[in-house]
Amino acid sequence: MAEASYPEDLLYHPEHDWARIEGDVATFGVTWYAQDQLGEVVFFEPPAVGASVSKDAPYAEVESVKAVSDVFAPLSGEIVEVNEALSDTPETINDDPYGEGWMVKVRLSEEAEKESLMDQAAYTSSLQ
Amino acid sequence: MSTLSDNRLHADPEIERFEPSARVDRALQTAEQAKRATTIYERSVPGRRAFTPPAAGVPERPLDELLPARLRRAEGPKLPEIAEPEIVRHYVRLSTRNFHLDEGFYPLGSCTMKHNPKLHERVAALPGYARLHPLSDPRRAQGALQLMHELQGALAEIAGLPHVSLQPSAGSHGELLGVLLTRAYHEDRGQHRTKVLTPDTAHGTNPATVTMAGYEVVKVETAPDGGVDIDDLRAKADEDVACLMLTNPNTLGVFDRNISEIASIVHGVGATLYYDGANLNAVVGVSRPGDMGFDIVHFNLHKTFTQPHGGGGPGSGPIAVSDRMEPYLPRPQVVRRDDGSYDLDHDRPKSIGRLRGFQGNFGTFVRSYAYIRSLGAEGLKEMSETAVLNANYLLALLKRRGVAEYLPVAYDRLCMHEFVLSGAPAKRQLGVKTLDIAKRLLDHGVHPPTVYFPLLVDEALLVEPTETETKETLDHFADVVAALLEEAERDPDIARNAPYTTPVRRLDEAGAAKRPVIRQPL
Amino acid sequence: MSRYTSATDADRTAMLEAIGVSSVDELFADIPAELRLGRDLDLPAGLSEQEVYTLLRDIAARNVSAEEEVSFLGAGMYDHYVPALVESIILRSEFLTPYTPYQPEVSQGSLQVMFEYQTAISELTGLPVSNASVYEGPSAVGAAGYVAKLANRRTRFVASRALHPHARETLETMSHGYGTSVTEVPLRDGATDVEALREAVDEDTAAVFVQQPNFLGAVEDLEAIAPVAKETGALLVVHCDPLPLALLKTPGECGADIAVGEGQSLGNRLDFGGPSFGFFAATEALLRRMPGRISGETVDVDGRRGFVLTLQTREQHIRREKATSNICTAQALNALAGVIYLSWLGRRGIVELAELMIQRTAYARERLAGLEGVRLVHEQPVVREFAVALDAPVERVIDRCFAEGVNPGFPLVHDYPEIENGLLVAITEQRTREDIDRLAGVLGAAVRESRTTPSPLAMASVDGERAD
Repeated sequence: MAEASYPEDLLYHPEHDWARIEGDVATFGVTWYAQDQLGEVVFFEPPAVGASVSKDAPYAEVESVKAVSDVFAPLSGEIVEVNEALSDTPETINDDPYGEGWMVKVRLSEEAEKESLMDQAAYTSSLQ
Repeated sequence: MSTLSDNRLHADPEIERFEPSARVDRALQTAEQAKRATTIYERSVPGRRAFTPPAAGVPERPLDELLPARLRRAEGPKLPEIAEPEIVRHYVRLSTRNFHLDEGFYPLGSCTMKHNPKLHERVAALPGYARLHPLSDPRRAQGALQLMHELQGALAEIAGLPHVSLQPSAGSHGELLGVLLTRAYHEDRGQHRTKVLTPDTAHGTNPATVTMAGYEVVKVETAPDGGVDIDDLRAKADEDVACLMLTNPNTLGVFDRNISEIASIVHGVGATLYYDGANLNAVVGVSRPGDMGFDIVHFNLHKTFTQPHGGGGPGSGPIAVSDRMEPYLPRPQVVRRDDGSYDLDHDRPKSIGRLRGFQGNFGTFVRSYAYIRSLGAEGLKEMSETAVLNANYLLALLKRRGVAEYLPVAYDRLCMHEFVLSGAPAKRQLGVKTLDIAKRLLDHGVHPPTVYFPLLVDEALLVEPTETETKETLDHFADVVAALLEEAERDPDIARNAPYTTPVRRLDEAGAAKRPVIRQPL
Repeated sequence: MSRYTSATDADRTAMLEAIGVSSVDELFADIPAELRLGRDLDLPAGLSEQEVYTLLRDIAARNVSAEEEVSFLGAGMYDHYVPALVESIILRSEFLTPYTPYQPEVSQGSLQVMFEYQTAISELTGLPVSNASVYEGPSAVGAAGYVAKLANRRTRFVASRALHPHARETLETMSHGYGTSVTEVPLRDGATDVEALREAVDEDTAAVFVQQPNFLGAVEDLEAIAPVAKETGALLVVHCDPLPLALLKTPGECGADIAVGEGQSLGNRLDFGGPSFGFFAATEALLRRMPGRISGETVDVDGRRGFVLTLQTREQHIRREKATSNICTAQALNALAGVIYLSWLGRRGIVELAELMIQRTAYARERLAGLEGVRLVHEQPVVREFAVALDAPVERVIDRCFAEGVNPGFPLVHDYPEIENGLLVAITEQRTREDIDRLAGVLGAAVRESRTTPSPLAMASVDGERAD
């Protein structure tokens, strides 16, 4: 994705991850800023379905050619679905970080945690 | 993970999105570029061969009797089928696709790419060494053991620590030995410490070694002057710390003036102080790690002592230790008995055991020993003095107008044998990254400096000329850098798409990582 | 100024002026006075090239090498014939002096060599993933243990007693660091006792280690061992001798997860134990856990075929404390010698070489077993090495053989005291029938004489124990 973009309907975590909440399930991924910093993503192995994630803790790794980075969970819960397609085409994370580049879907355990996340305005200004 | 703070997103500064050329003008490529890379398997023709075995000369028995069919493979390995002339042509042609030290300058920081004396291959090939089996009875290997013993003595004198093991095969192998010795030392005193401290400027082998040795890495911050942040060290040095691993001068090329205080803090909590010898070339005969307070020192024979790099080894990482670490040294140790004969001592009850087979990379000992005997006491000191002189001179040249604005030195003080420049201004003002500068340097027939290390410096270029380069080579390098930056001012795209004249141009590394092809399908 | 530096007085003056100091000594101002050595190094003065050559030559003359005796000494390194083309290629500046290929555009020679080497190792071991070398055999075993421990997080290793003693000891030393224990499995008839292995392997076993052929020369039944080793999910690591792999069913075919070994016999000299190289191959599943450098094929911007170091995120310079290994410098030049040698042997040559060794080994074994006071330790199939037990103190026997210009092999007394006066005899293509007949004659006589009279070289053995 060539141009920076930060959709309004998402919540953002300071470690450059986003969450889209739909009922009690949230989808996580990394932001445009993150994929731009990472360079071309060459490897992403999704975690296992059923694993639990904790807010602010890493739940996976993403690799570019010469760097490895942790991916952080914006919210806590249990993984109910993972994006297997990323194993074959990890570059989707660069091309469509908010759409086909989604990483995991999590059943939230602590709804109140979303209060601590940033909205689009807060996140984009934090990038200045 | 691989950054200053474990929790930070780590930018991949080097690799940009791979863009195949829009247009390739085959008429403008070099002769070397026009050659297609062909593997030796692709040169094979069924039936061709180089080796034919001699006749067995013994009564032959049916193979099935000697080795039942169920233990045998159905088809042999698909090795090449090719005769000697084509094997030679293949590898000779391949060799011309390598830049190498005998051809040109390699200012690779932290690597000490100094000239490899040609005498060394001649002596290493003497049959008395080359055809000596490692399990020879020591009485029949007195020459080899003498050489090792004398090398040990020389390294001990250089390090200022009395006991040496030549066993480790490389620097990081020496690091592992050092940390395992530390573990043995603490365990022998009934202590089970869990942490090892390393500065955030440490070479990657240090933290990797710490984990392999069963410890947790704790990073110590660097002060604005480039040395260890003493306050941070004091805060983190407690009785759960087994060891602090340091390089001095460090990977920023500066000598840590507070080393005695650092040693005192570390020893004060009962921890050991480990010296990564990668930068030893700066201080031989001038200052000794043992005198600075280090307990364990590793040497890189393929750096300071000019074992040829061979495209990635062999190397050797012997260590020198203080008296209190001696009992734990690996088996066997080379010793001299009362009657003057040399021997391998296996009788070491507190030894940690061994980290490899036999005695180590003996061939590298022959070369390093020849080097030390060639240079002698005076020559060794002159080696380091000239290394430091050359680095400071090159640094002075690069502080000129037209270079310093774009590639300022990261720590503006006297350097030792190497120095770090930051390419951050070049990136900001010219749109040309350290990576691009490196690639454009290739077109000028020099190997670039070490890039993107240490991590502490943005767009780092770590430059180490070594003592074997002439003043003219250094002058020329500085001129090339200045010219390159001037070119970038006019047209940054030139460097961004460099190199142009090398056997291949920029490669699709992302593709190689996503879809690894690491052997020829046969 | 030594012969390797060029700074004349004039150079020095000009350089100091440019720097802005008046003496070289000022450049070391950051080193506190109390840390300055302040004296000359207590080392001899430097020597001319000619003097160094003479010195090194005289020291070498104090060794008895395979040049001067007929040697049957093996036990991990072997006196093979290294063809002249190997050194003519590896001593070329272009292969001898470059750095690690971190700038691939100017390192295609080294990178393609690695790719060709990786291919050859995959062919030998039957495993699809190979790296570009590790240090040598025993440390490769330790590295394999680390991979297994990181992969399944278990804490026990089970190792055959017939794994090379240096490999077993290295595994124990490294285990003590990264937190695993090593349990030894005994032998039966010179090979790993599969029933004892079954008892030893449990849910906490990270890896099982066997050697092929084993240290006593026996060909192990890997197809029987593999299911037992892997029953609870442990990885199977096979430490193998590369030349016999020309004939033997590959570790990959037999179900090994990792194959490692000592590469010295592939185009490298004895060199008193190093440098040589270790090879490390594994299944596809372990690709991202591999230690060491790996070269991969790719293309450049203009579409040219090329090679790069790939999957670098495994390695220490990127993954640091979570790297698959701490290895940095490996043994690239020695691996180059290896792939040149394998190309020289060729597809048919390596099989014929292995067949030659097996025939001569069979002949040697038969001749020695026929000697009075010499019996075979086991009757397992062998390829290039076998063990005998003597009716006389083995070290005394060896001394007598030395006096006749023959080195009969490796005494097993220290590592395998349960074998009475054991001797490990190795055969290479350099040992002719005449050499073997001579060995039989000399050994037979030595055994006879050693039963009654003391050795002519009456000295204490290496560790101060008399071989009585």
